[in-house]
Amino acid sequence: MAVNAAPRSRRGGGIRRGEARAGWLFVTPAVLITAVFLVIPIALALWVSMSDWNGFQSPLNPRVNFVGLENYAAITVEDGLDQRNFGTAVRNNLYYVLLVVPLQTIISLLLAIQVNRAALKGRGFFRTAFYFPSVTSTVAIVVVFQFLFTASGAVNAAIGALGIRGPDWFNDSTGLIHGALSAFGITQPPAALAEPGFLGISGWEWLAGPSVAMTSLIILAIFTTSGTFMLLFLAALQSIGSEIDEATLMDGAGPFRKFFSVTVPMLRPTLFTVLTLGLIGSWQVFDQIYVIGGGSAGGTISTPAFLAYRSSFVDLQWGQGAAIAFILFVFIILLTLVQRWVLKERTPRKRNRVAATEKIAPNDSTSGGLR
Amino acid sequence: MTAAATPATGKTGGSSIRTPERSFRRKKQIGGRARANLLLGYLILIGLALIYIYPFLISISASLKTDAEATQNALSLIPETITFAAYERLFGDVPFPRWAGNTLLISVIVTMGRVFFDSLAGYALSRLQFRGRTVVFVAFIAILSVPGVVLLIPRFLILQQLGLYDTYGGMIIPLLSTAAGVFIMKQFFDSIPVSIEEAARIDGASTFRVFWTIVLPMARPALVTLFILSFQGSWNELGHFIVSRQSPELNTLTTGVASLVSGQLGSGNQFPLQLAAAVLMTIPVAVLFFIFQRRIMNTTAGAEKG
Repeated sequence: MAVNAAPRSRRGGGIRRGEARAGWLFVTPAVLITAVFLVIPIALALWVSMSDWNGFQSPLNPRVNFVGLENYAAITVEDGLDQRNFGTAVRNNLYYVLLVVPLQTIISLLLAIQVNRAALKGRGFFRTAFYFPSVTSTVAIVVVFQFLFTASGAVNAAIGALGIRGPDWFNDSTGLIHGALSAFGITQPPAALAEPGFLGISGWEWLAGPSVAMTSLIILAIFTTSGTFMLLFLAALQSIGSEIDEATLMDGAGPFRKFFSVTVPMLRPTLFTVLTLGLIGSWQVFDQIYVIGGGSAGGTISTPAFLAYRSSFVDLQWGQGAAIAFILFVFIILLTLVQRWVLKERTPRKRNRVAATEKIAPNDSTSGGLR
Repeated sequence: MTAAATPATGKTGGSSIRTPERSFRRKKQIGGRARANLLLGYLILIGLALIYIYPFLISISASLKTDAEATQNALSLIPETITFAAYERLFGDVPFPRWAGNTLLISVIVTMGRVFFDSLAGYALSRLQFRGRTVVFVAFIAILSVPGVVLLIPRFLILQQLGLYDTYGGMIIPLLSTAAGVFIMKQFFDSIPVSIEEAARIDGASTFRVFWTIVLPMARPALVTLFILSFQGSWNELGHFIVSRQSPELNTLTTGVASLVSGQLGSGNQFPLQLAAAVLMTIPVAVLFFIFQRRIMNTTAGAEKG
């Protein structure tokens, strides 16, 4: 990228006159907006996360004190409500990630393979159908899902026809694993799991599983992201081309054999990209939870991103909110760095293309591409 | 990038023409089994497509139902009595037009700003020689990985410091440029030849003139891509408008409809009202989607391929 301009730089002279000035002039608006509304604010928030600012006046006024890592300690190592809230949010999000990432990857791959078949009629229609949820606003999708998943809603009516009595989805705080255990009569934790453990949460609570309410959000996430990832897989499948397909069939491999020993290995870079993008994206889930109200369903749908918002804007514990945001920040940056590093290592030949294609969408704060 | 992507598309284009004939030959060999497979594939696809489309259809239908019917008869697609009460309420009791106006105003300005500033910066980073160019580019790359959701608190802090909190300025200015947009444009300019601009420069045109009259028209594919991403992004933006404003007059569609959901207009079943709002706020993005369908599909898959 930077390389292709280098040889020209030596020519200099007439037509290059005033170019440096123009260059800076051209990048100034973008640099200024990024500096003022991204870099400086992050520095300001870092200060707030180490201060006792309570939301009144400016965080830079002289009465605000530096408290070091106190806010970080309050949510991670000191026993108390703040720590339990953070621990619960981490647990909720962990189950969300554990289910969303593999499911959306499998489903989007499946969709891509189905839609990619050459003999298929109406490919365009199917692609549109699967991708459309990805371009609509999360707020609209949440409205639709709340309607579908109410106690007397369409989903329960549909599974009611099969003789199953559906739950009150968005208000049900029962953990799936707890629910399954109670079917075997286990409703109390063994003594070993009852004690408060990591982040103030007992082993029994860590093992609760995603609540029914969170499960509805997991379905929502898969519904909205699978279309985007389907397109990534589709692009990869098309670059493999049908020659290899044909060759494999000629060699007498069955469809399953073909899928696991030819398609999946060839898709590995894309598979890795989709997995890590999913991982990075699903640790950032916020919009859905804000719209539904993070306090509902017994706190089982709260996530660190939402908790950071609530601690600051609702509870006015700005230091703690900023501290949560920074922990999340560092964690996601680490995931991103691992992703970039592995992509570089693995696919030196295709590096440019993959990097260019897939780095863009997910973390852009406002593109809203992936949720 | 373009070079890498184009042969691939070419290949599939070619094979899709060839395949019917080949699959016909194969059908003769494998016969019934292949046909059964194809049929099964269709059934799976149609089933899946129904799952993806039905929620939208049912929302449109329920927005035309009465409150009672929407609750009691949630699954049916055709309302027993069609009523526009929900839509009338949206334009009467609810300041929905105001929200729509705000969203439209903000989206238009943000989209224009992003397209202009990001292409300016992308062009400079791709073509112009200036000291510090590499540093600026590396900084933009680093910023690409800043997760949007952790910016909520920082953005509020800076808007408050600058006195921009709860103003249109505060809602718009921070969104006027994105690192991703700069990156897309730079990649695009890297992929087109410089010869034409060089000629214009030798003729003595100023850098901005060259950019405005020669480069931008050539960059149309990338500009359209950036336009779509920006418009869709700012239309659907929620987080930034939660932390940059509090007055009800500054509600956008996203924050306004979100407040409908949390029941700020009184309790009771309001599904038709909420769904009507969701349907209306989706229409502009849906229209954009259908106009630029092909390009959107390629955009996401092939990114800056344009």
